[in-house]
Amino acid sequence: MIDYESVINHKIKNIKPSGIRKFFDIASEMENVISLSIGEPDFNTPWHVREAGITSLQKGSTKYTSNRGLTVLRKEICAYFERKYHVEYHPESECLVTVGGSEAIDLAMRCLISEGDEVLIPEPSFVCYNPLVQMADGVPVAVETTEEDNFKLTPERLEKFITPKSKVLVLPFPNNPTGAIMEKHDLEKIAEIVLKYNLFVISDEIYAELTYNNKHHISFASIENMRERTVVVSGFSKSYSMTGWRLGYTLAPKPLTDVMTKLHQYAIMSAPTTAQYAAIEALRHGDNDIKKMRDEYDMRRRLVVKRFNAMGLNCFEPEGAFYAFPCIKSTGLSSEEFCTKLLKAKGVAVVPGNAFGDSGEGFVRVSYSFSIKHITEALKRIEEFLKELNEEKQHET
Amino acid sequence: MDKILSLLRENSQLSYSEIATMINEPEDYVEKQIKQYEKDGVIRGYRAVIDYDKVKNSGARAFIELKVQPKKDTGFDEVAKQVMSFDEVETVYLMAGSFDLLVRVKGESVTDIAMFVAKRLSTLDGVLATNTHFQLRTYKDSGMVLFDEENDEDQRSIIL
Repeated sequence: MIDYESVINHKIKNIKPSGIRKFFDIASEMENVISLSIGEPDFNTPWHVREAGITSLQKGSTKYTSNRGLTVLRKEICAYFERKYHVEYHPESECLVTVGGSEAIDLAMRCLISEGDEVLIPEPSFVCYNPLVQMADGVPVAVETTEEDNFKLTPERLEKFITPKSKVLVLPFPNNPTGAIMEKHDLEKIAEIVLKYNLFVISDEIYAELTYNNKHHISFASIENMRERTVVVSGFSKSYSMTGWRLGYTLAPKPLTDVMTKLHQYAIMSAPTTAQYAAIEALRHGDNDIKKMRDEYDMRRRLVVKRFNAMGLNCFEPEGAFYAFPCIKSTGLSSEEFCTKLLKAKGVAVVPGNAFGDSGEGFVRVSYSFSIKHITEALKRIEEFLKELNEEKQHET
Repeated sequence: MDKILSLLRENSQLSYSEIATMINEPEDYVEKQIKQYEKDGVIRGYRAVIDYDKVKNSGARAFIELKVQPKKDTGFDEVAKQVMSFDEVETVYLMAGSFDLLVRVKGESVTDIAMFVAKRLSTLDGVLATNTHFQLRTYKDSGMVLFDEENDEDQRSIIL
């Protein structure tokens, strides 16, 4: 018998498995579960984009592309980024096409972090940053964001966690799970800290196209002096509803792009070819699709936020992504208790906030990437659940 | 198209308050607009979208092309009015192209429809020719995909 424990790399062993696995095991065994837990768009990839992928297959474009990605695609990405966010990148040397935003984050971490470097990660946030930092021999440092600050990263909080070992700051905005965004003046204040302590930034802007209330996304690279110390991570999954195509990219100064390309070429070779052809079509003719989806999300967002506030769960207004992050502290339950009870009593699945870091405790993540019909049914059940909770409480007292 | 109309087109069961929240307008504005649409005949009714392929004994359906000799004064209106007064007729369109009226007919069976066309429609004054197309399966209706052969269950992953 092989002792696999002794074989397996010690770093991966030390990475905690997701604490809410149990919770979803219950969900998967129940019937009539209605979920508001999923973190990906519910729309199909626009047909003309799918068709471009199909056409590329029919033409037999099925080989590797250049390591960095198709030249035409990189040109389109850079043109798009300049058009939308007013930062110029050279398609030849500053753009790398990756397997989703996830690979891009992994590459950026592994190319920036040396052993012992501290990586500042605002929390609550997407679950992948911590494990990837650990695998890159870095030390993740959680920087709490709070509801009082609209879940924005503030310079005061950030500065508190800075040590001589601080190296990289992750900027995950628009944010999953809170839906928070950072506006220009917010980013400028962060930029001062970044300069003061000579930090590098991985700006995860995968939700850039999904902002509301006419607050257009501002790329951190567009802030003065930040382009040279920022790796922008983005992709096609959220904006064009292309999650399964696995296509993302990095935009970063040449020396950084070069090393990320080196790693990418050994680990990946090149991003999926079919997806790259589809992405060219998306960038060229997809603006209207984005608008349609964003308008739809916006309507759902208003509905969800209003209903939560009306039922007594205080819900800060998210201005980005497709999540609401209502506070459930008034129920007296922990996030996990709330979610488990809600699931068992009403068959509604939402994600406990603490899955996204300790500071998410007391909140739940509610995704509105579902049809209105689906959302209203789930909200109705949550409302019933809260009523029953209240009645229980009154009974006890 | 107006946002209220496009929302109702998707789902007529939305309440005034839900629509108001979604489009960021006051509830009484939405109510007033919808009442006005109803009054003006813009909104003619609220109905369910039914997948007849899943309903037992739901009968047969056909599209019938009619070539019509237009009248001097009334054009196609007179024949169209006669056609639409049959209960069997569900929709009537005036078309541009190689025929004039497109008529959707429901009946208890294919024979039933064939007889209706032969006895009722083709004999109408002014009808020059008919061409009947029987409907076999509905893939999409009113913007809604009905043909879900592959069980398109939501398999999106739960957490990320």
